[in-house]
Amino acid sequence: MTSPLASDTIISAHAVDYLIIGLYFAVVLGIGVIARRQVSDSVDFFLSGRSLPAWVTGLAFISANLGAVEIMGMSANGAQFGLPAVHYFWIGAIPAMLFLGVVMMPFYYGSKVRSVPEFMFRRFGTGAHLVNSISFAVAQLLIAGINLYLLGTIIRALLGWNLTVALLVAAAIVLSYITLGGLSAAIYNEVLQFFVIVAALLPLTLIGLHQVGGWGGLKDKITENAGVGAAPPAADQLNSWPGTALTGFDSDLLSVIGIVFGLGFVLSFGYWTTNFVEVQRAMATDSISSARKTPIIGAFPKILVPFITILPGMIAAVLVTEIADTKAGETVSGGAGGTVQYNDSLILLMRDLLPNGLLGVAIAGLLAAFMAGMAANISAFNTVWSYDLWQRYVVKDRDDSYYLKVGRLATVGATVVAIFTAQLASNFSNIMDYLQTLFGFFNAPLFATFILGMFWKRMTATAGWTGLVSGTLAAVFVAFISTDVLGSLSQGWISLSGQGASFVAAGAAFVVDIVVSIVVSLATKPKPPEELRGLVYSETPREDLVDANEASYPWYRRTMPLAGVALAMVIVLNFVF
Amino acid sequence: MSENSTSQTSAPGRKHQAGALDIRNIIGGLIGAYGVILTLMGLFGDPETEKTGGPNANLWAGIVMLVVGVAFIAWALLRPVLVPEHTDKDDVAKAP
Repeated sequence: MTSPLASDTIISAHAVDYLIIGLYFAVVLGIGVIARRQVSDSVDFFLSGRSLPAWVTGLAFISANLGAVEIMGMSANGAQFGLPAVHYFWIGAIPAMLFLGVVMMPFYYGSKVRSVPEFMFRRFGTGAHLVNSISFAVAQLLIAGINLYLLGTIIRALLGWNLTVALLVAAAIVLSYITLGGLSAAIYNEVLQFFVIVAALLPLTLIGLHQVGGWGGLKDKITENAGVGAAPPAADQLNSWPGTALTGFDSDLLSVIGIVFGLGFVLSFGYWTTNFVEVQRAMATDSISSARKTPIIGAFPKILVPFITILPGMIAAVLVTEIADTKAGETVSGGAGGTVQYNDSLILLMRDLLPNGLLGVAIAGLLAAFMAGMAANISAFNTVWSYDLWQRYVVKDRDDSYYLKVGRLATVGATVVAIFTAQLASNFSNIMDYLQTLFGFFNAPLFATFILGMFWKRMTATAGWTGLVSGTLAAVFVAFISTDVLGSLSQGWISLSGQGASFVAAGAAFVVDIVVSIVVSLATKPKPPEELRGLVYSETPREDLVDANEASYPWYRRTMPLAGVALAMVIVLNFVF
Repeated sequence: MSENSTSQTSAPGRKHQAGALDIRNIIGGLIGAYGVILTLMGLFGDPETEKTGGPNANLWAGIVMLVVGVAFIAWALLRPVLVPEHTDKDDVAKAP
């Protein structure tokens, strides 16, 4: 255990590294200052004036998700489980992103709502809206906290600062660029961050591959170390299916069902299609066509992200002695938190492989990712807070500048709360588990309610909120009776642990939500059809859902062909690995 | 927004090039600057080949980043984005 005021740093950065990191921060803050001059009213601040091109929002869409949790968590999964971690991308993201672009985005963009909860309000009224806004706002604060915590740990690892000081400085930087420029600044930075992250991780992966002797060498070394201590057998690590080590299920069939239904369908559709952090990026585009293309363009880099996150994790598990020992079941001191954990894989790999110079780029990339995630959470939070909670329920009918001010104050408040949730996050060893747990609670029932509400006009307002509440409770219940999802709170009545338990919890939430919604709908009175235009598929004229100009674009600028290409790529990759 | 005295006379002012604000210039500038620093490190610094296992990683990464940075700036120069002076506000701002 290192002392709290650790002066020994994991990575020894030189002046040139600090120059590179400093350059990055100068640009980030510069964007905030410049964007501020352009922000004239609250639509600018919250939705970027609906003026951005699709490739920008598409990259921002991915970048908003390519935060600390994703990079550290996925490299950790790569180190621990090997290839099955790719399911989080190819099964757990791409299909849902394509579905969002093809099917759901027209409703979001076309109905001109400013947030996902607002869509909920238009479709189901107050009850469902309140449940959705509050659970979303709370989830964002928690997740912002996790991102902030990771940001703090890397600053500590790099500079040797005390974690609290690191947290405060990190929070101040994120705060300053969002309050200055609003969503535009956040999106600009996300796009920039995407490139810095790639510039950081790609050389790391290539050097790592070179060191282990290419893909063949990596496979040999993983096979050599497999089965020792806690490490899963080589076949499990080198094939993405059936992924039993990842899910924790004994049966291959159950594992495949768990991944496809739990992760691929419920969790991922719940996350990608209803998560306002993501959807907000698409809403900032200039047309319905661009809005639909945002998640689809984002799908292409997303398909490739595992090669620069999971792969370095796998490499770290054979090249970095601390991670290899941890995987063999030993407890090794060091790392960002005192004991080496899988989450440290990437930082340690950087330490071992990168020369000064590239090291600076790598650190800048990590810091960028951590800020991207947190900024995305906070900018989505402040929209929901100002429009969906404050304007609708607390102080109504004030002028635009008032809500703009509320949004800026909410940003400050959210940052302060995130500092506290960051402390909470430090109690969970595998951050991915914690996150999946949260998504299971909040997102899985949301997707059920949305999809039923969009395609079944009979679904009533009461069904909206009762479905959400009972679905969330079902997820919490499964987590409670499982072995370890809620840590010491879980009772262990049924033998379910790790990621598999999260999949089951999400599945339960989905099924319960659908059943309750149908039962309640049949017993209550539906909304009149004329109020459902733009909100329910059968009540919306087809021309409201497509962009009239789109047919004139070449194929690579149209929604459906792009989605088809992305889908084909994912299917091929699933066969190859 | 202000519809008052705008007519043909101020027509050129209605749209302007995004210039330095164009995200492509910002990306190109930052990645290009990293490319310069890394290339210089690769040429004059310690290549630390014991870490990388042989190749001069800074030099290679620097050259690639330089090329990417220049490509982005060239893209922005060749296909400039025109932004309206004032984005038209639809009824989003006044939604209930």
